[in-house]
Amino acid sequence: MTAPSSRFILICSGKGGVGKTTLTANLGIALARQGARTAVLDADFGLRNLDLLLGLENRIVYTAQEVLAGSCRLEQALVKHKQQPNLALLPAGNPRMLEWLKPEDMRRIAAMVGEQFDYVLIDAPAGIEGGFRNAMAAAREAIVVTTPEVSAVRDADRVIGLLNSEGVKPIQLVLNRVRPKMMASQEMLAVDDVTDILALPLLGLVLEDEQVIVSTNRGEPLTLGEGGSPAARAYINVARRLRGEDVPLIDPSKERQGLRARIGRLMHTKIF
Amino acid sequence: MTLRDLIDKLLRRQPASAGTAKQRLQLVLAHDRSDLNPELLEQMRREILEVVSRYVEIDMEEGDVSLATEDRVTALVANLPIRRARTPGEGGSGRSGENRPQPVSSPIRS
Repeated sequence: MTAPSSRFILICSGKGGVGKTTLTANLGIALARQGARTAVLDADFGLRNLDLLLGLENRIVYTAQEVLAGSCRLEQALVKHKQQPNLALLPAGNPRMLEWLKPEDMRRIAAMVGEQFDYVLIDAPAGIEGGFRNAMAAAREAIVVTTPEVSAVRDADRVIGLLNSEGVKPIQLVLNRVRPKMMASQEMLAVDDVTDILALPLLGLVLEDEQVIVSTNRGEPLTLGEGGSPAARAYINVARRLRGEDVPLIDPSKERQGLRARIGRLMHTKIF
Repeated sequence: MTLRDLIDKLLRRQPASAGTAKQRLQLVLAHDRSDLNPELLEQMRREILEVVSRYVEIDMEEGDVSLATEDRVTALVANLPIRRARTPGEGGSGRSGENRPQPVSSPIRS
């Protein structure tokens, strides 16, 4: 029983700490809540964290490696989310078995998972080395996560180069940790600057949001709640756009109201 | 120029950093994408100037060979102000006298 329409989406960034795993967890929950059967594959098996963000760290018994070795069935390794049973986590491997996985293994395990799920989200490790290449082997399309900072954009560009050369497409961009106030005072790269430089379509724009840290502490992704915070709304919209819905992007300059915001806009109007 | 830029200039403050970030990124990405390090680029620049100066007299001080990038395509842009042709009457574009700088650009696959 194969689902030919399954989508294998790599979530990657190049630079670490820009919000790849947070996006994977929130997007996974959001897609599941919207009715899509979703699996999240933690391809970062050296330093895995997806289990922690999803609150599933105590429930992992097996990994993809045991499945591939034939020592357990796929169903045994997939960890179902309690509140959102449409979502399952599969860790690619165990940090003690690092040497074992190859791109071909990742392709095989992703194909197996794809038989049961509509969406397979693959959380890539940071960097552009072997671990990233393994993760990329299993993907057909990609979401590149970056923040409006020079180092994150530069690393994203390297990753986009690799994705292009492997023929992974479409590649879409999620711009994370946007601070409207800093953008208004031109102390942060503008949204258009980043999309122009990387030449990618924008799939989502996530404002800097303290609630992300709170939700990480609890192991409950923001999209699990009622979606009150700006980041939760952004992640839910990323999921909807991914499923083909036409949801307009927010305009960071409109996120701020009042006199200060108006002065800010006036300050970066071109005068000559 | 924006109002902010004008005020910065009047108050002699540092300009807003987003513009600097964009410029620096564009430059570093042009190098990253072409896999040319500054040393190789400098060598190429010297050799290009050397070849061109066999045909026309160019202004070595003003001459500029650099990488530019747009839409993931990196281009080698040479801007070589020509003083005059080496041998007047010979060679296609070898008009003597002050010529305007002729930008020559050739895309590099990225």
